Amino acid sequence: MCIFNIVKIEDLIEKLEEEFDDVEQGVLNPEFNIKDIEGWGSMHVLVVIALIDSEYDVLLSGSDLTNTETISDLFEVVQKKMIK
Amino acid sequence: MEATIKNITYYLPPKIISNKDLAIEFPEFSASQILKKTGINIRTRTTPEVIGSDMAFHAAEKLFDDSELDKNDVDFIVYVTEGLDYKAPATAVILQDRLGLPINIGAIDVPLGCSGFTHALGIAKMIVSSGQGENVLLLFGDTPSFVSHPNDFALRSLFSDAGAAVWVSGSDKKSIGNFIYGADGSGAKNLFVDQSSTRNPLDQKWLDSNSDANGMLYGQMKMNGLEIFTFSLQRVPELVADILKKNDLSMENIDLFVFHQASNIILKSIQRKLRIPEEKMAYYLEHFGNTVSISIPIALSESIKEGRVKKGSKVLVAGFGIGYSWSGTVLYY
Repeated sequence: MCIFNIVKIEDLIEKLEEEFDDVEQGVLNPEFNIKDIEGWGSMHVLVVIALIDSEYDVLLSGSDLTNTETISDLFEVVQKKMIK
Repeated sequence: MEATIKNITYYLPPKIISNKDLAIEFPEFSASQILKKTGINIRTRTTPEVIGSDMAFHAAEKLFDDSELDKNDVDFIVYVTEGLDYKAPATAVILQDRLGLPINIGAIDVPLGCSGFTHALGIAKMIVSSGQGENVLLLFGDTPSFVSHPNDFALRSLFSDAGAAVWVSGSDKKSIGNFIYGADGSGAKNLFVDQSSTRNPLDQKWLDSNSDANGMLYGQMKMNGLEIFTFSLQRVPELVADILKKNDLSMENIDLFVFHQASNIILKSIQRKLRIPEEKMAYYLEHFGNTVSISIPIALSESIKEGRVKKGSKVLVAGFGIGYSWSGTVLYY
């Protein structure tokens, strides 16, 4: 199935900022390393997986996130999986 | 003949583990951080003297006291647990004698966990609808604390010990809908009680290496939280869709979704994915924790007490987890 859904990185950044209470708006950018989010831990990994799943219908695996550093990397993985 | 749930009772051991208690053992977290992480305020913990079948026994005695079910009318008992008394004989048979039930009954064990309630309910319906018995007593007892390593924060902060009893009886009205079942053993090692039975019995080396944890005599539960999370996020929405289809219903027809109370983040993520309104979701983790096969009976019992389930309500129940194993149906009140 082909999904014609235009996703922008700004949209993902906005959603991530909304998701984490401790992150102020405007702090995140494509080069920001998500693991630098304050108090980053296993719970944050689950929150990101759930966010991407419900908003983009893409179920990331744990290793997808382990291999991801910046938001730009994360965006790339989501896009790749959406095309599949 | 159709089947209906006539009564639910549960038993909780008296020992309570608060977030404050956990924060003393795990000083890297404060009590409020533990609440924020888990959504759980208290867990219950039993002792080696009161194991799963004892808690099931207490719940059953309460059910006989509280309901019209006469012990002589019981046709079948199904005991669900991941902590059987012995490898043999079946614990359900021992419970027959202990509860003073007639000897002309069926008695079987079902060693399932998080999907145990919904599987046992399906079995009860099979027994009743096939005319093999009119009154089925489902018994539940789980003791995750026995297999949680004292240093394992993820397990210690999540799980509770509990027991329950559920009376299923014949009925003219269809009260228990059509079932969906699933099993996928490829996920067995992602939630697993290591060194716990015939395949890998505990040995001296195990006892020595766990001398700081009383030997971990019952084995040790090991959870790959990430895998369990992604399994739940993928499988449960499919399970819900399949249950609805099999019962000719849509999401809007359901008044309450009672999922196995796996964890707060799993339930929140499922709710978000399925766009379930807050008032239609059952969350009973805060005061009970994850009680394995007892979590749905507790959630159902509490929702009924709170008036969230009324005559005419349609309640979707779905169990999922260790195995992997999953099942569910719709209850018509």
